[in-house]
Amino acid sequence: MLTYHASQKDHQPILSLTGVLTIYTVAQARQEIPARLAKRKAQVLDLSGIEELDTAGAQLLLWLKRDASSRGTELALAHHSPAVVEVLDLLRLTAAFGDTILLSPPSPSRSHHGS
Amino acid sequence: MDLDKVKQTFILEARELLAAMEEALLGIEEDLNPGESINAMFRAVHTIKGSAGLFGLDPIVRFSHTVESVMDRVRSKQISLDPTLVSLLLECHDHLASLITSTQEGVEETPESHEGSQRLLNQLIPYLEGNGVIESTPVRVAAQPSGASEGGWNECWHLSIRFGPDVLRNGMDPLSFVRYLGTLGKIVHLASVVEKLPRGEDYDPETCYLGIELDLDTDADRQTIEDVFEFVREDSEIRLLPPHSKVEEYIAFIRAMPEDERFLGEILVAGGCITTKDLEEALRTQKAETLEDGVIHGRLIGTILIEDQAVPPPVVAAALDKQKKFQDRQAQEMKVVKVQADKLDRLVDLVGELVIAGASANAMAVQVHEPRLLEATTIVNKLVEEIRDNALSLRMVQIGDTFNRFRRIVRDVSQEMGKSIELELHGGDTELDKTIVEKLSDPLMHIVRNAIDHGIESLEVRRARGKPDTGSLSLNAFHDSGSIVIEVADDGGGLNKAKILKKAVERGIIREGAELSDAEITSLIFEPGFSTAEAITKLSGRGVGMDVVRQNIDELRGSIELESYEEAGTTLRIRLPLTLAIIDGFRVGIGTASYVLPLDLVIECLDLGPFLESEENHLINLRGEVLPFLRLREIFRMPGEPPTRERVVVVQYGETRAGLVVDRLMGEFQTVIKPLGNLFKQVRGVGGSTILGSGEVALILDVPQLIQLASEPSSGLRRRPATHLPPTHS
Repeated sequence: MLTYHASQKDHQPILSLTGVLTIYTVAQARQEIPARLAKRKAQVLDLSGIEELDTAGAQLLLWLKRDASSRGTELALAHHSPAVVEVLDLLRLTAAFGDTILLSPPSPSRSHHGS
Repeated sequence: MDLDKVKQTFILEARELLAAMEEALLGIEEDLNPGESINAMFRAVHTIKGSAGLFGLDPIVRFSHTVESVMDRVRSKQISLDPTLVSLLLECHDHLASLITSTQEGVEETPESHEGSQRLLNQLIPYLEGNGVIESTPVRVAAQPSGASEGGWNECWHLSIRFGPDVLRNGMDPLSFVRYLGTLGKIVHLASVVEKLPRGEDYDPETCYLGIELDLDTDADRQTIEDVFEFVREDSEIRLLPPHSKVEEYIAFIRAMPEDERFLGEILVAGGCITTKDLEEALRTQKAETLEDGVIHGRLIGTILIEDQAVPPPVVAAALDKQKKFQDRQAQEMKVVKVQADKLDRLVDLVGELVIAGASANAMAVQVHEPRLLEATTIVNKLVEEIRDNALSLRMVQIGDTFNRFRRIVRDVSQEMGKSIELELHGGDTELDKTIVEKLSDPLMHIVRNAIDHGIESLEVRRARGKPDTGSLSLNAFHDSGSIVIEVADDGGGLNKAKILKKAVERGIIREGAELSDAEITSLIFEPGFSTAEAITKLSGRGVGMDVVRQNIDELRGSIELESYEEAGTTLRIRLPLTLAIIDGFRVGIGTASYVLPLDLVIECLDLGPFLESEENHLINLRGEVLPFLRLREIFRMPGEPPTRERVVVVQYGETRAGLVVDRLMGEFQTVIKPLGNLFKQVRGVGGSTILGSGEVALILDVPQLIQLASEPSSGLRRRPATHLPPTHS
């Protein structure tokens, strides 16, 4: 299950994802996330609620990111959950995403990782 | 929910995999070439672990991970598979099975199962690598700066993987491969290749676009690394470069890849495989050559591997062959549809009714003399017959699965008894009705246990008798004239006739001093309350063995024969009908009534007259053979006079034949057996009833019983004793 929740922080619309982002949910998420982002004009995707991420999920995140930049906007991924960090770490994709990852406990090499 | 359904599939699959694992484990000790079995076991556990991971079943993942690690060491021949380890792995198998069962019941982990896991894991520790630290979760690979790998840059395997587009859809996750590789060694460098990920609308979220370049510092051999990718190898491109490969080989490798050369080169440089200078030079000097060669150069992985001398050609051929086998098996699995048994039963019931209705329509068409109607019903009947055969064959299952369960039982029981026993299985592909197979497994269990317990002697006795130390037990199944025969044979002590007689007299089953033939003595062990075991053991000797066996077999309309030679062994033969529901019948008439004989058992039909040998002793001379016969008219006390020309139907069951004298022969017809009620259970010679097309009821004759009646010395028909046994006190 993946649920979507829109909110606002510092006048910035945020879309939060909660649940699992895996092969079981990506098909739906691929439709829902862009639609919801567009509706709210949100440019931030909050990943703190992601309990599980697999390759399909990671691909989707990367596609969202690239899709946004190809349309001249930017999508920031924020509040990566441990599950997300583990996968991005494993695949060494942190650089490809280029988002700042904040963690507790913070890992020094990662927290200043933006590129 | 859908996920629940998938989970059910997982449970089903896990069960099948566990069965395969058990089979492999049990077969492994006799296997001359156990490599394939070990691989099968490894795959089974590996797949269970992988699928369990998909459902987040952590206890299963944790447990199977360790089992898998141990099996992997077995596979790479780092440790040998001794009987102790086999037993331990069997226990692990049982534990996994129970974990799966509790998963099915919705319980993930109970304190007991946790304890069980822990206990087994502790036992597995000595088999694990190094000082035996169990990793309870897959290793998370820490980011490793590329420069940190000491000991030169060529120490690592370079793996290049381009996962196939359907990998994710097939339930595989590239991540799990990376995680698993992490357990094989140290991932020194890794780069994801995501260049294929399309932008915009072309993106399909369920397609895998991922590729991975990875340097792995490991002691594992090529086979081990390749096997990690066993399940994705078919549609993925996987290239391995062994440590200490030449720069040219890396270059050739780079050129073989679809991605930009520069890009891959940088990955290799970053991983420390080659230096930037090497790369620059190689790319420059070989550029022209590339163009001449065309793009296809080196695209075939097999060719590359051989050119690189990474693996000798035979290995490639073997790998391809294995891959093909795996594909074939997959294709076969795809063709199987699982159907619930009760649906099949319902279908067979309906077909049974259809057969009766069809016969009735046919009978009417004959009466009406309407050619076109007759034509139509004939076609219908032919189709019904085909449907019947097909429906029945749906219910046929191979007895092999049932047989295989005995490997485990024989192993456990013989260990318990301290006897060494080898089990041979033959004819596992013999098919018989599912209902029969199910009902057969308990009696077979009793018989096998009896054979181990009472049949096969202790080691000392065997040596004293000059037999090999290892006892042999064989299960054999085959078709024999319309029935299925299942033999359980041992090379044990055989039945001790004196002991049986003594016991039978003690138990009041026979009278003191009764004259019994050998066959009659051996059949005493099937009498209720008979047990010859001198000491009551855990396995048998509860006195509920063989009589229950006979009862079960009787219920299946089967029979048991016993062949036993003292000190040489016993063979127990169970004869069963092919199916329970529908038979091809042969109809005969006595007076106004019709009777049906199972056609399979009918050998020939003849006129009684000239063959009559001795009316007194009920014997006829059939081309020199003395054949006992019975007048059904007498057996069933049919009033009225027999016709002037009586007919004989010669029937055979097992090894014995007999003639049945009837008034009329009425031809073949297909019929559905309706069981007789309890009231008629005591009536001998009748096995069931059926409804004729005309609506009349006809009795189906129990040929084995009739043959026995005819064969009894004083032709039992006049006295009609209550049991098959020779006269006793009573």
